Amino acid sequence: MQEHDMSWVRTEMALAQPAPPTEHGAYAWVRKNLIGSVGDAILTILGIAIVLWILPQVINWAFINAVWSGPDRTVCATVSQGGVQPDGWTGACWAFVNAKFGQLMFGTYPIEERWRPILVGILFVLLLVPMLIPRVPRKGLNAILLFVALPIVSFFLLVGGVFGLPHVETPRWGGLLVTLSLSFVGIAVSLPLGIMLALGRRSKMPIVKWLCVVFIETVRGIPLITVLFFASVMLPLFLPAGVTFDKYLRALIGVSLFAAAYMAEVVRGGLQAIPRGQYEGADSLGLGYWQKMGLIVLPQALKLVIPGIVNTFIGMLKDTSLVLIISMFDLLGVVKQNFADPNWATPQTPKSGLIFAAFVFWLLCFGMSRYSMYTERRLDTGYRR
Amino acid sequence: MASQEILREEPSRGSFINDPRIRSLFFQTLVVILLFGSIWWIINNVIENLQRLHIASGFQFLKSRAGFDISDTPIAYTSDATYGRALIVGLLNTIIVAVAGIVIATIVGFIIGIGRLSQNWLIRKICTVYVEIFRNIPPLLVIFFWYSGVLAVLPPPRESIHLPFGSFLNQRGFYFPRAIWGDGSWLIGVALLLAIAMAWFVAHKARQRQRATGQQFPVFWTSVALIIGLPVLAFFLGGMPLTFDFPKQSTFNLTGGFWVKPEFLSLLLALSFYTAAFIAEIVRAGIRGVSKGQSEAAAALGLRSGPIMRLVVVPQAMRIVIPPLTSQYLNLTKNSSLAIAIGYPDLTATAGTVLNQTGQAVEGVFIMMIAYLVLSLVTSFVMNIVNARMALVER
Repeated sequence: MQEHDMSWVRTEMALAQPAPPTEHGAYAWVRKNLIGSVGDAILTILGIAIVLWILPQVINWAFINAVWSGPDRTVCATVSQGGVQPDGWTGACWAFVNAKFGQLMFGTYPIEERWRPILVGILFVLLLVPMLIPRVPRKGLNAILLFVALPIVSFFLLVGGVFGLPHVETPRWGGLLVTLSLSFVGIAVSLPLGIMLALGRRSKMPIVKWLCVVFIETVRGIPLITVLFFASVMLPLFLPAGVTFDKYLRALIGVSLFAAAYMAEVVRGGLQAIPRGQYEGADSLGLGYWQKMGLIVLPQALKLVIPGIVNTFIGMLKDTSLVLIISMFDLLGVVKQNFADPNWATPQTPKSGLIFAAFVFWLLCFGMSRYSMYTERRLDTGYRR
Repeated sequence: MASQEILREEPSRGSFINDPRIRSLFFQTLVVILLFGSIWWIINNVIENLQRLHIASGFQFLKSRAGFDISDTPIAYTSDATYGRALIVGLLNTIIVAVAGIVIATIVGFIIGIGRLSQNWLIRKICTVYVEIFRNIPPLLVIFFWYSGVLAVLPPPRESIHLPFGSFLNQRGFYFPRAIWGDGSWLIGVALLLAIAMAWFVAHKARQRQRATGQQFPVFWTSVALIIGLPVLAFFLGGMPLTFDFPKQSTFNLTGGFWVKPEFLSLLLALSFYTAAFIAEIVRAGIRGVSKGQSEAAAALGLRSGPIMRLVVVPQAMRIVIPPLTSQYLNLTKNSSLAIAIGYPDLTATAGTVLNQTGQAVEGVFIMMIAYLVLSLVTSFVMNIVNARMALVER
């Protein structure tokens, strides 16, 4: 029995000391992130110089000196260019965007019929938003409405010619309407087509396999413009005399086939990442080919390649601007077309119009990429090694 | 053995419709029939349409007179030359802009990509903003921005902007002094080749010496001194055979010097800055893909930060970087076809003109497709060689 035990065991932890002042707070952050070393300090000064050089110019141009509304070019031109602004003035001509806004959105769609694309837009947003929010129930019904019902309704609404709606030919479509409708239909067509091509490429039937390989590799090897040329110049030659295709439809075919080839490669990556055991497990359960793929393999494979799929969508949205080259007018095309308008020709007009278009494209693409990152995190069920 | 044979010869119990081999044969026959049927149908239609429109077929048109002018001609070309030569001029223009674009995009992309991993918060943010802006807008828009938004609103030639080294920038493009090599300038070329050979030899010897004795030799600085020093020496020995043709301002235009047209300039700038954003992301992913343990182990072995990057991190990062980098190079080459939108005469633009003039759409599109496929294959081939050199050498 030891009454006087000299050993001592600490039963509670000592209170943590606050970190030294050089290691926390604003000063430490600055020291660590901005002036960690001599080289770092020089880089920081360089960075501040760049920001100070660019930012005031951009803010001045886009906001402070900008012209927001006006009847014609005089508000955006300097005195020597025949306008009202003082010489040496530079600023954004948002008045141009303002005046052309209807055209930028709908092209030359008849003004009294513009409620139709607006209605389609509202329906699209109403169906898309619940689709994007994971908590909203009835995803299956929603998907059918969005990808099957909406395209059919939109087709009749936009083209018209039935139910007393006047017919609007596709050459009159333009602006954001063309950009969004081309990319939406392109996305809806290219994903299933791409999945079929990817399955075909991994098929055990040699002829099917090689057909898919040749198609995918050829399309991936050539620029979209060549595909569009192909669709606009060669498709009419391929069809019997008298059968004509709408130019819009030709562009749609070109863009969808192009995106499908890229999509196929993305999906193939996912298919290859699924372990063999999954295929064998499905076989041993007695599932047929389509059951095996549809119930076991594709749900896992597609989940793996969501970032790639969204990247293809983003690429496709950006690529729709190329239809300008086969003289169709999407958002960028309408902006470009309006440079020639003598009513608005000033040195600032092209820059302002292009920056507006860039901003719209940027919003759409950036939104998609952020949403895909969110989905990726949400669906990450912990298989990642 | 006997039981196996019995198993093998046992007839399938299901109907022959469920035999996978018969099914596969059936489907493939169906595909072949459909394929050949539609090809036959298409060829028939094409022949019929061509006859109806009185369009010739075949590649005879390549030998006839083109009759249109091309603004940028790397090789001699007039409107009297043949269609074939016009297409070659277009192909060369595509190659020029693609190669120059790849070089600039790689340099800018690597700088931005490394900047995104910098310790420095400000630099990191600036690089992120750059990447997020350029990744999310169409390349065609960037081209238009440079062409109609920036270069077209520059002052007219009379009020050209003066830049250092006697260069000028105005509406009509960028002018800089052209070097004119006089007699005896071959000496400089020979000196340069000699210097490169010597630098290679020094590097080889230094490596041997390091393997044998462990002593290092400052290979990099020796090579720099050789490659710069020898040609400079030759330059003075040859009596300075270099003069410059400076662009001169006359009343309406600039004469002399080397002239880069705004079409080329805007295409090059747009393609390189657009692709650089993607290359930056690839580089970032590559460097982050090398586990931290690698650089820590190298530091534990006593390597300094320079050699750690050069000998440990970069070689491993390159393995991750090269395959996606290749596809970005291919994308840049393919995107160079956007030149048609601003009138730079690349392959697509000249082939488009030829196609419009002759009406021979099938042959025109065919030539375009083959040319781009060959360019893609050559790029992939070169990058595959680089990749093979970088690949992990396993025992």
